[in-house]
Amino acid sequence: MATPIESPITFTNVGKARWWQSGIFASQTGYVLLALVALFVVMHFASPYFFTEGNMQNVAKNFSFIAIATLGVTFVIITGGIDLSVGSMMCFSAMITSMLMTDVSTPGVPGASWFVHLAADGKTVVANVPGLILAVSVLAGLGVALIVGLVNGFCIAVLGLSPFVTTLGMLSIVRGLGYVVSNGRGSFPSGPDADYFYALTSGDLFGMPAPFIYLLVLAVAMAVVLHHTAFGRHVFALGGNEKAAAVTGISVVRVKIEVYVICALAAGLQGIIISGWLGSAPANMATSYELNIIAAAVIGGANLAGGGGGPLGAIVGCVLLEVIRNGLVLAQVSSYWQQTLVGVIIILAVLVDRIRSRMA
Amino acid sequence: MVTPHAAGQPVLELTGIGKQFGAIRALHGVDMRIFPGEVVGLMGDNGAGKSTLVKVIAGNFPPNHGEIRFEGKAVHFTRPIDARAVGIEVVYQDLALADNLTAAANVFLGRELKRKFGPFALLDHKTMAARAQELFGELRSETRPHDLVKQMSGGQRQAVAIARTRLSNAKLVMMDEPTAAISVRQVEQVLSLIRRLKEQGVAVMLISHRMPDVFAVCDRVVVMRRGEKRADKGIGDTSPEEVTSLITGAKEAA
Repeated sequence: MATPIESPITFTNVGKARWWQSGIFASQTGYVLLALVALFVVMHFASPYFFTEGNMQNVAKNFSFIAIATLGVTFVIITGGIDLSVGSMMCFSAMITSMLMTDVSTPGVPGASWFVHLAADGKTVVANVPGLILAVSVLAGLGVALIVGLVNGFCIAVLGLSPFVTTLGMLSIVRGLGYVVSNGRGSFPSGPDADYFYALTSGDLFGMPAPFIYLLVLAVAMAVVLHHTAFGRHVFALGGNEKAAAVTGISVVRVKIEVYVICALAAGLQGIIISGWLGSAPANMATSYELNIIAAAVIGGANLAGGGGGPLGAIVGCVLLEVIRNGLVLAQVSSYWQQTLVGVIIILAVLVDRIRSRMA
Repeated sequence: MVTPHAAGQPVLELTGIGKQFGAIRALHGVDMRIFPGEVVGLMGDNGAGKSTLVKVIAGNFPPNHGEIRFEGKAVHFTRPIDARAVGIEVVYQDLALADNLTAAANVFLGRELKRKFGPFALLDHKTMAARAQELFGELRSETRPHDLVKQMSGGQRQAVAIARTRLSNAKLVMMDEPTAAISVRQVEQVLSLIRRLKEQGVAVMLISHRMPDVFAVCDRVVVMRRGEKRADKGIGDTSPEEVTSLITGAKEAA
């Protein structure tokens, strides 16, 4: 027997939360964004060069260099995990891409005949199919990232190892492999497809740096995935209450492996883009970047205890770090202060959040 | 209070259920029947076999002896998901809610409704919120679908956990200590949630240590001791004193 439903129900003692008390305005991301705007204003008065087009492009490019990896690590942090291997991963993917691109473009190297042939003059190397070398080498770089992500995910989700220890080990393993394959020497993307590679990684599109465009596209995709798909919902559920996620039938193992794979792929892509901008993939590339990347995610509101975070926060965190770096340079302060300041900001951001949740 | 035995077929029928863990006999020869719309209190001291019985019914592990019949058909569960598929839901003591998600998101956790956009399946927020609102309405709970669970009272959290069982149209809901560690007002809310389930024809098994709650909502009380069923009586035919002596063993059986 059904009971009559008195719907919609009204409550006399429950008001509606004001717009500024809910959503982004009440989040750490919200007031870090506010701090960022304030910082922009201060910088505008402190240095006439800050708001010039050249400097803005510079800022946009520089923060894009860690922001894509930050998006990836944010996925992991939302589930309550951590990935310390992103810096090494950036280097290793960049190195594989760059070495493969160079190797298959050298006639005489086994397999190279599939990709290139010598022109009639006997010196110029010509690609068999323009763009194929680029596609294959980028896919190879992302392929090794995929494998590393799977191994991380397997150790953490299936074997039950702690994410901190697993990825700390992976940091060392991947960096070591980078030295092994390169013998410690840097590698330079070259060959007939290198021009495409440089155009795609350090070129401009519609007056904006290409990496910035990739970042925007990936951030929008991430926002949709996190808030409008079942996978995104499960990522948050895992960070909120892993046991609950398991008893409601969510495949915890699968979601965990997926986030570590996403993180490794984002780091790999980021590394490949950086190598295009640098024009090389040195074996010590992106050393200790994992700290900046995790710091940016945390400043932007990703909760290391799990359950909170998003693409906007990740980007805001990266922009804040870059504007501070840029500002210190423009203000002619020693760049050594940067690291100290970053540490202070991490603690401040988390402190303000704590104070706010106490008051609420 | 009239127990609806005449309503016909029992929703759950256990015959001679036994379960051993090595040398330990956790359950022995348990017979039990639960009818639709009936609330049965399952009582017993720690280690009496209550949790084992619940886990056997919920499919966490199969019994060594005996038969489980659900709606007249013999069933064999090997995983909890098998039990859930036929309509048995468990509301866990810690409720299994994700604090950082909204009430509606928790109700639909693992069973999200989606709409197709070409190759992508996106969440159907509107329909899920509306359905959750409807379920909270049926339970007469002051719970709003868009509120985060971390901001909710104990009673509201129970409503969310129970709404989850309503979503799947469960025919038997087993609740593990739902009234432990919540305030007096909230206990009242939870008991009324149980009455709502009963009104909808759902069979409820209430596992509890709290005598007043059992006597307030249950039609029948089953007492377990040392893995055996020692009593199975209508609430009108027994008293808290008798149940207490059955639990402690002062009285062997009734």
